[in-house]
Amino acid sequence: MQDAILLKFVFYFLAAVIAVFSVMAVTTRRILRAATYLLFVLFATAGLYFFLNYSFLGAVQLMVYAGGVIILYIFSILLTSTDKESKSPMFSLRRWLALLASIGGICLVSFLLLTNVWPTVYEPSTAEVPMKLIGKTLMGTEKGQFLLPFEVMSVLLLACMVGGILIARKRG
Amino acid sequence: MFDFSVVTSWIDQGLRSVMSPAAAITVECVLIGIVLLALYAIMALILILAERKVCAAFQCRLGPNRVGPWGCIQVVADMIKMLTKEIITIKHTDKFLYNLAPFIVIIASLLAFACIPWGNGLQALDFNVGIFFMIAASSMGIVGILLAGWSSNNKFSLIGAMRSGAQMISYELSIGLSLLTMVVLSGTMQISEIVEGQNELWFIFKGHIPALIAFVIYLIAGTAETNRGPFDLPEAESELTAGYHTEYSGMHFGFYYVAEFVNMFIVASIATTVFLGGWMPLHIPGLDGFNRIMDYIPSVIWFFGKSALMVFVIMWFKWTFPRLRIDQLLNLEWKYLLPLNLLNLLVMVAIVVLGWHF
Repeated sequence: MQDAILLKFVFYFLAAVIAVFSVMAVTTRRILRAATYLLFVLFATAGLYFFLNYSFLGAVQLMVYAGGVIILYIFSILLTSTDKESKSPMFSLRRWLALLASIGGICLVSFLLLTNVWPTVYEPSTAEVPMKLIGKTLMGTEKGQFLLPFEVMSVLLLACMVGGILIARKRG
Repeated sequence: MFDFSVVTSWIDQGLRSVMSPAAAITVECVLIGIVLLALYAIMALILILAERKVCAAFQCRLGPNRVGPWGCIQVVADMIKMLTKEIITIKHTDKFLYNLAPFIVIIASLLAFACIPWGNGLQALDFNVGIFFMIAASSMGIVGILLAGWSSNNKFSLIGAMRSGAQMISYELSIGLSLLTMVVLSGTMQISEIVEGQNELWFIFKGHIPALIAFVIYLIAGTAETNRGPFDLPEAESELTAGYHTEYSGMHFGFYYVAEFVNMFIVASIATTVFLGGWMPLHIPGLDGFNRIMDYIPSVIWFFGKSALMVFVIMWFKWTFPRLRIDQLLNLEWKYLLPLNLLNLLVMVAIVVLGWHF
């Protein structure tokens, strides 16, 4: 019983962190702060995965998002941004578009929330997913295994890398 | 071999007998946190003293020798000085990010620190993706360094941070790949199982040639990852004053300093765990008498002895080799270490598949 209270406390703490920092990430005017708040959101999401005992996905979340994507964001902000641009108020047309997009988003999310059928009791699994199972699912060719999407993804990444090198190389 | 899980489960039983399970878990988490933080600080003090003594020995000096016997209270005095210093606030900076950056660095380092297997049954975090989690956690430190450089509002800090970011991202590949080579050999990523798997023979002997190559690559990449000499150009003092932490003062600077030293220890302890058997004593198959004598030495001493040796090797690098230029540094990683590493991984897979290891 008290275990459940502890789990609930951890869950609501993580959920609050995600909600608060998501809002702060989009309301702040300084772009580097927005990236930092996004980092906190991603940390808390990783926390949720660890909370569900899925430590592989949690570690991937830390590695790819916190260690990779956010650093890429920060690098590109450092290389491109000027402070003046980020502090100027938005154009009115953009503001209307943003309003439209957010209303659409709210409609979509509330539709999903209201029509979804929730299981009455959800217990997080107590055992970790074995590493070998993850590896076989990722690299297998049978039904329900994901070698083809994995390889397609790697071709996409290769194309991105070639494109990046092509843009960055010295000419002449 | 004394199993420390006897002690930890005794504490667990004791706590559960006087309070509810949820409260017991909370108390245990707090206790482990306090113990880890204390250990973190003590390790940093010991490493700073060791660094000064090793540096002095390499430069034919005595090093600290006035405060306490053999100068060993000097670091405590330095720590008290650091704690009482003023934290200077800078104008025209983003205060929130400026104050946040050291904590991101220290949290990343502490998360990786929590995965270290100190002895038989002495390990705080033991996921089944242990090694991967450790790399992931330590990669978060780059964010702290980049934020520090940016929010200091100082060109030298920013250049230092960018150099450091480029360096750490590049060398993380080598660290990941060389550890992956050893994961292929061990067949598991769980740190406790990696150590158990070296019961017969340490992996560096079991995997012979590819393991040795992976070990050398890991040491080079690990030294670069911690921004230590000869790869210390993010804080090359002749060019950038002190790099990304130029503008930090008092304990904020202290955090960077402490994290750098403990990161060195973390690198050394991963090398110990993955290549040199962790807390596992030196066992040679066939020599049962010898193995039994080795078992009498406690596991914690084995772990600290091997880690201390690795730390000494990393310090040896710093005080022997001249600093690299940034282009040499990136060339070394992308043109030499990375292709060699990929090839080495292939060789290791072939050896494991064909069963050519010991």
